[in-house]
Amino acid sequence: MLPLTQSPAVGGTTYEIVRRKHPWRIVAAAVVLTILGLLAFGAANAQGLHWSVVGHYLFTRVIFTGLLRTLELTGAAMLLGLCLGVIFGIMRLSHNPVLSSVAWLYVWAFRGTPIILQLFLWFNLALVFPHIHVPGIVDASTVKIMTPFLAALLGFGINEGAYMSEIIRGGLMSVPPGQTEAALSLGASRAWATRRVVLPQALRVILPTIGNETLGMLKLTSLAAFIAFNELFGTTETIYYSNSQVIELLIVAGAWYLLASSILSIGQYYLERKVGRGFQRGGRNRTLFEQLVIRGWVKLRGA
Amino acid sequence: MALDFSADRAFAEGRPDVVECHGVSKSFGNVQVLRGVDLQVRESEVLCILGPSGAGKSTLLRCINHLEGIDDGWIKVAGQIIGYELRGGKLHELPERVIRHQRGLCGMVFQHFNLFPHFTVLENVMVGPVELQKEPKGQVESRARGFLDRVGLGDKVAAYPAQLSGGQQQRVAIARALAMNPRVLLFDEPTSALDPEVVGEVLAVMLELAQEGRTMIVVTHEVGFAREAADRVAFMFNGKIAEIGPAKNVLEKPSEARTAEFLAHVLV
Ligand SMILES: Nc1ncnc2c1ncn2[C@@H]1O[C@H](COP(=O)(O)OP(=O)(O)OP(=O)(O)O)[C@@H](O)[C@H]1O
Ligand SMILES: [Mg+2]
Repeated sequence: MLPLTQSPAVGGTTYEIVRRKHPWRIVAAAVVLTILGLLAFGAANAQGLHWSVVGHYLFTRVIFTGLLRTLELTGAAMLLGLCLGVIFGIMRLSHNPVLSSVAWLYVWAFRGTPIILQLFLWFNLALVFPHIHVPGIVDASTVKIMTPFLAALLGFGINEGAYMSEIIRGGLMSVPPGQTEAALSLGASRAWATRRVVLPQALRVILPTIGNETLGMLKLTSLAAFIAFNELFGTTETIYYSNSQVIELLIVAGAWYLLASSILSIGQYYLERKVGRGFQRGGRNRTLFEQLVIRGWVKLRGA
Repeated sequence: MALDFSADRAFAEGRPDVVECHGVSKSFGNVQVLRGVDLQVRESEVLCILGPSGAGKSTLLRCINHLEGIDDGWIKVAGQIIGYELRGGKLHELPERVIRHQRGLCGMVFQHFNLFPHFTVLENVMVGPVELQKEPKGQVESRARGFLDRVGLGDKVAAYPAQLSGGQQQRVAIARALAMNPRVLLFDEPTSALDPEVVGEVLAVMLELAQEGRTMIVVTHEVGFAREAADRVAFMFNGKIAEIGPAKNVLEKPSEARTAEFLAHVLV
């Protein structure tokens, strides 16, 4: 080590700073890009892959109908899940042992069994309850009521409610108890404190997770095809059963799923920003792709 | 026991009691935290409560506000028994609705401020009177702005709590308590969570409130504040009020050995 007096920087001169080079980064990028290029080339020239078929089906009415059903089912199931999640999440935190046990049981049962099993259970409900009679509300045969859509909605919604109640419980518990106390000391009821003080703060924690759950649900709804509900995936399946253009139609469905989930991601970004008022911004890092999509969207909106 | 109030409290003679505690006891499970606390605070009086950690000071304040229910004795604020109703020689627990109304009698200031982070400063101060006491918004707003001016934050009405320093947040919390027009202000170590350089600004606001004749119960470790602002000082040990009297007497020549020991410890 040089003695301090001989240090080259002494004397007030400044020097240009030369950054270290990263040759391996360039090599790694080149390798990855080459592989991608080969894959793209292969796909474009694949013998049995007819891109014209993909283009043909991409914008057909029947595919749009399937997409619409997927979106409807996703929205309805998430809404049902959210309502059940709020109810059971709050019940789970209740001091009443009956309420909290029932909430626990709900989560235990619906998180502990496969979703496909639950879908089949709802769909086949008529086998054990051939007739549904609730005085003043319904009185009909189960087969008539339990349409594939309703069975899918109940299956996904109730299953989602179980996950959501745990998410909401975690969010509620993340709000310091002092917040409730401050509200109570102002003369608030517990219900008011939960609704106006605790839930809005919990939402900030919960929202990213709800966003991810919605993205998950969008794709999960494809399982509804197995109980005869023709959403996006089921629709493409029906088509390729008759024309054997399997991969082409799967690509069509995949493209629409990708577009829908990208739009959902953008919506999530804005929602999080809105709910984040009063809190310092921060949170998870977005992937480069997400950043690009969001930046593009922000620019588009500005134009 | 140094619980002879008659001599100590000549200064407040004739004024009504705002807070009365009689034989107040409270346990958490097997741990008895309050062991028969007797206390009277008259209108416009400032009482500082000192004592070691775990003595039950916070618990006492929380009982006065019925954030905790008590196991024995009774507490009156502005003449009303808090949380209970005397019927047929028994204390029957009141319905929530009445308890909520009673909580409005006390304005509580917490150690960690507990401002609502998703509301602006002005919304924090207004939300109680507007949404809970159902007062007209316009009227509350001018009052809220007035209190925020009083605590020196008139220019911060649109800020969110996270954008303020600890001292500023605590002053907002004081304005929030004042906006409820409480009969007594309860402070639980209002400066303990603050950086030393902002303790003064909060104490200055509290001193001003004391001088304008607010009734205040202040749990604090700030002996200097107690000396300057308090009419009386109480020492709590182990769930009981060990000593209570005029600030000067208690702080300068305490009659209890434990008080002297505690003061020596705090003042170093
Ligand atoms: N909710 C609770 N459940 C169980 N024990 C509690 C609860 N609240 C307080 N305690 C206990 O009661 C005792 C008194 O607590 P309290 O907070 O009133 O003391 P304090 O005098 O305010 O002390 P500090 O100066 O540390 O704030 C402590 O031993 C504490 O552990
Ligand atoms: Mg305390």
